[in-house]
Amino acid sequence: MTALAPTTAPRREAMTGTVTSPSGRVGKALVNVMAVLALGYLFLPIFVIVLFSFNEPKGKFNAVWQQFTLENWLHPFSDTALTDALILSIEIAVLASLVATVLGTFLAIALVRYRFRGGSGVNFFLVLPLTTPEIVLGASLLTLFLEPHLVLANQQFTLGFTTILLAHIMFCVSYVAMTVKARIRGFDWTLEDAAMDLGASPSRTFFKVTLPLIMPGILAAFLLSFALSVDDFIITYFVSGPSTTTFPVRIFGQSRTATPPQINVLATMILVVSVSVMFVATWFGQRRQRRMGIS
Amino acid sequence: MADVNERDDQGRKQARASPWLLLAPGVVFLFLFFFFPLFTLFQMSLSYRPSRFEDPVFGWEWSNYSEAFSQYGEQFSRSFVYAGLATLAALAIAYPLAYVIAFRGGRYKNVLLGLVVVPFFTNFLIRTLAWKTIVGDQGWVVDTLRWIGILGENESLLRRPIAVVGGLTYNFLPFMVLPIYVALEKIDPRLVDAARDLYSNTWRAFRKIVFPLSLPGVFAGSLLVFIPAAGDFVNAYYLGSAKTTMIGNVVQNQFLVQVDYPVAAALSFVFMAIVMMIVVVYSKILGTEDIA
Repeated sequence: MTALAPTTAPRREAMTGTVTSPSGRVGKALVNVMAVLALGYLFLPIFVIVLFSFNEPKGKFNAVWQQFTLENWLHPFSDTALTDALILSIEIAVLASLVATVLGTFLAIALVRYRFRGGSGVNFFLVLPLTTPEIVLGASLLTLFLEPHLVLANQQFTLGFTTILLAHIMFCVSYVAMTVKARIRGFDWTLEDAAMDLGASPSRTFFKVTLPLIMPGILAAFLLSFALSVDDFIITYFVSGPSTTTFPVRIFGQSRTATPPQINVLATMILVVSVSVMFVATWFGQRRQRRMGIS
Repeated sequence: MADVNERDDQGRKQARASPWLLLAPGVVFLFLFFFFPLFTLFQMSLSYRPSRFEDPVFGWEWSNYSEAFSQYGEQFSRSFVYAGLATLAALAIAYPLAYVIAFRGGRYKNVLLGLVVVPFFTNFLIRTLAWKTIVGDQGWVVDTLRWIGILGENESLLRRPIAVVGGLTYNFLPFMVLPIYVALEKIDPRLVDAARDLYSNTWRAFRKIVFPLSLPGVFAGSLLVFIPAAGDFVNAYYLGSAKTTMIGNVVQNQFLVQVDYPVAAALSFVFMAIVMMIVVVYSKILGTEDIA
């Protein structure tokens, strides 16, 4: 906090700098250039991915530019194993995000709405999965599923759909809780009291007042966990077993022997859909804010 | 938050019970599928295998840990060095970007933020494969570097540490940009104006006011890059060689290829312990408890 302390600073500083010094302008331009370069760096591989969806590879690997073709885009689903894997990924992501959003939203409401003994402990417990390396999460879940445990009613798990689903819910719950928590921190809880004073039952209050107001946060959390789930490779790789293959697991397994251009086509499609969803969500959010008179 | 105190007795009782009702499903789930698995992993790390084809049996087998350290010490240190370098590189690249978006973004702020997130929408493996194409032996980057003489005629970028660190930096970069942006965005611009009024130049105002206030973002971003980077095995797998193997590759290989669970479990446990230690020390140094 030395920044605010010395009252003698003005006199010392008066000599050294003014706001519009040439060096200041050069510095400003330099920072802008660095920012543009950083954006370029972020987009370079994306550009390559889209470009190579139009490539006609020689051999099995789509790694060297040969020549332009529309062939891959005309047959985007010709690699059926890859397409099936993508469908499975989407199914798991929808289910996992639904469950994680419900669990995580409850957690967030409890933590923001109420002050109670143990609240900070629960908070810490929620952060732990986020700071645990994915490889440890994957390895620990694998050891869990290896044999039946009393705590899990001696259920014997076979690696596959269920184990992937459970793993995805697990790592999404904390993200949802954190996202919703951040979004509802400024929520005016007296609105609930007002509704109840006017005779609404607690459940009616929740569904008619609380839920609509915190919905944008919940939706953002759902989208985030969907994205995390579809994209997850490391944890899924540990718990997927030999016969259940998600999109990332398929790409990894296949990349040793071949990288068909359909990977790039599907990736580009996912990119376009995701960006559209993001735009629509932002647009709706802004419209909603305008309508409600919040700037 | 004071509303709890203003409630009547019945409300107070309700307020005491309802948070736990809301918490129960999530907490139970996390207990079963986060905490308990860590316990089974710990148990596995102290097990031994009676023979190659039998299941591991628990037996306080601490030698797994010494084996993990003595055999894979090199991969441990390499992982942390690579992850540390990637974190520094990501910080250097992300900070100016976050700064420009936060202070000079104007009405394009949201669009620019959206652009930072867009690469996220492509799968991590596909992005890494794209990097492999870019820095591959037949790509224009290597061609250029060979032409200006930085690389020799037959030298490559792939299979070198720099390729792996570059891949790690790239893949986790948005995790650095977003928290720094959030921290910068919160800064009251009047503080900078005040510094200017007191004859501070831009650089000094940045060093004395903006940067210190953005440290929570730098802290969060560094952890969000460092933790996944240290545990990653995909970048080393695609971009590296046998000489750039990281701890993630070892754990992955031991668990899923060699099926040597006890030593792999010990490895994961040691790895997690080291990461946690780094997180704690780091938060002490930067003086913030707010990990999330």
